[in-house]
Amino acid sequence: MTKEELQKIAREVRKDIVKMIYDAGSGHPAGSLGMADLVTALYFAILNHDPKNPNWDERDRLFLSNGHICPVVYSAMQRAGYFPSSELKKLRKLGSSLQGHPERTKLAGIESTSGPLGEGLAQAAGYALSARMDEKHFRVYVVCSDGEHDEGNHWEAVMFANKYKLSNLTLFVDRNQIQSDGPTEEIMPLNPLKEKYQAFGWNALEIDGHDFEEIINAVNNARSKYQKPTVIICNVIAGKGVSFMEDNYKWHAKKISKEELDLALKELK
Amino acid sequence: MIVKEEKLTTKIFSKDLEEKPTRDGFGGGIVEAAEKNKDIVALTADLKDSTRLTEFANKFPERFFDVGVAEQALVTIASGIANYGKIPFVTSFAVFSPGRNWEQIRTSICLNNVPVKIVGTHAGLNVGADGATHQSLEDISLMRVLPNMVVISPCDSEEARKATIEAAKTKEPTYIRFTRAKFPVITTQKTPFKIGRAETLWHSKSPQVAIIATGPMVYEALKAAKELDKKGIETLVVNCHTIKPLDIRLILNAAKITGALVTVEEHQIIGGLGSAVSETLSKNFPFPIEFVGVKDTFGESGTKDQLFKKHGLTKEGIIEATKNVIARKSS
Repeated sequence: MTKEELQKIAREVRKDIVKMIYDAGSGHPAGSLGMADLVTALYFAILNHDPKNPNWDERDRLFLSNGHICPVVYSAMQRAGYFPSSELKKLRKLGSSLQGHPERTKLAGIESTSGPLGEGLAQAAGYALSARMDEKHFRVYVVCSDGEHDEGNHWEAVMFANKYKLSNLTLFVDRNQIQSDGPTEEIMPLNPLKEKYQAFGWNALEIDGHDFEEIINAVNNARSKYQKPTVIICNVIAGKGVSFMEDNYKWHAKKISKEELDLALKELK
Repeated sequence: MIVKEEKLTTKIFSKDLEEKPTRDGFGGGIVEAAEKNKDIVALTADLKDSTRLTEFANKFPERFFDVGVAEQALVTIASGIANYGKIPFVTSFAVFSPGRNWEQIRTSICLNNVPVKIVGTHAGLNVGADGATHQSLEDISLMRVLPNMVVISPCDSEEARKATIEAAKTKEPTYIRFTRAKFPVITTQKTPFKIGRAETLWHSKSPQVAIIATGPMVYEALKAAKELDKKGIETLVVNCHTIKPLDIRLILNAAKITGALVTVEEHQIIGGLGSAVSETLSKNFPFPIEFVGVKDTFGESGTKDQLFKKHGLTKEGIIEATKNVIARKSS
């Protein structure tokens, strides 16, 4: 798939996100929009998967640790063919397979239930360790937020992945610089993040998370590494594509009004 | 008198009754289970020897993982391992796991519904000298409240061995609590054990009281029954090793026969066996009580009003419960 084709899909994903959150009456727009390019790259250029056979044994696994940005994953999954588009309107509604935070037992293709922060990397590390014990060749990917680096559970898993040299594990950090209460560097400074991972024994890369070439090159670099897990710190703009949401932590969790929806869709044309 | 079919040790009331910590039974049981099933793995949070994983680690080094002093990682890593398809046993002291990592257990194990087996040793007052910080008295309560979780409290090291082997065969998230201290080994290899089925160990001719006990308190209950029998007070003693799912049928039957119950546990009554039994009895026999609340399930997306309605947390739900309790009172 060409860069232009991926960009086109990511634009549609962004439209889905604002429509879904508007329909639901609540949700997390900023993080979801910021990760639209990376998640599009995952589902359309990186993951070895089969939407018609979501439990295929050899599939690559994707763990979404920051479950609150699930609208971006739901949209990409739908566009990849996991379920019909009519489902998107049911986000956060009673009886829906698209729960407000994703649940493994409710939607085929969701590898694990998530939302409470700091737990995704550890689960993926356990999964990657098991896969290696059985000499499986699929890869295990994790997406986590920058804010959830405040959680001790995450760093416990960072140490574990280094100890057991989980080179089949790749972590994408949604480095959008915001969290619930404000900028990450004000709430709990994380920098220098790349150097922290290096000090913990990881192969650490830092890229522009909106650049498809950089994303795919970084994933290839991770695949080529032996004996080390890889972290790809994706510098992204929270709310990317909708000017009034960009870089604004107040859009971390916020409902979208009809006027705001119309404005956002106009910008995403 | 002792129920013969239970095949308890013949030395049960003698002075040379063997004593072992129930954690020893876990250590033996996991090795037995792992010899039969290569998918069984074990993780510990820097407490390999204290939680009796040394033999397992020596026999199966490729299936043993030490995560360091990190109980939240312990259970979340195990969640991933179970999600993959293996059966991980995770060990620590009960105050730390499931004490410190409750939310991780709730979300990544119970809501995810993956078969992690949580082993909490040093449960109860029997920890002794280490003091209150290390005496877990809340673990049954913490685990019992979680949907999908099975909770087992073995009475001795032999039952602990069987509980470990049986838990390794199921697909359910499971919590098993074990003692640090030595307790009499009263059951034998032939004593029946099935998860979810309580056993009546003592049955006088016409019992007036049923004593429902769990963990090492079962032996104390048997000693009490013997003493009471001499004084002409006849009892039943039930070994309630599985707290969840509770053996409702057996407990109700015991209540109907005797009309009076005593629960015994090395754990807070709030949320523990006492709570579990009284919830069951007050719902069924003999005092009519109805409960309004979320009934052993998780929530889901929806509006507040939709969800309150679905779970009966409404004026209508309360009226219905009130009518039901009145009807039962007059019946």
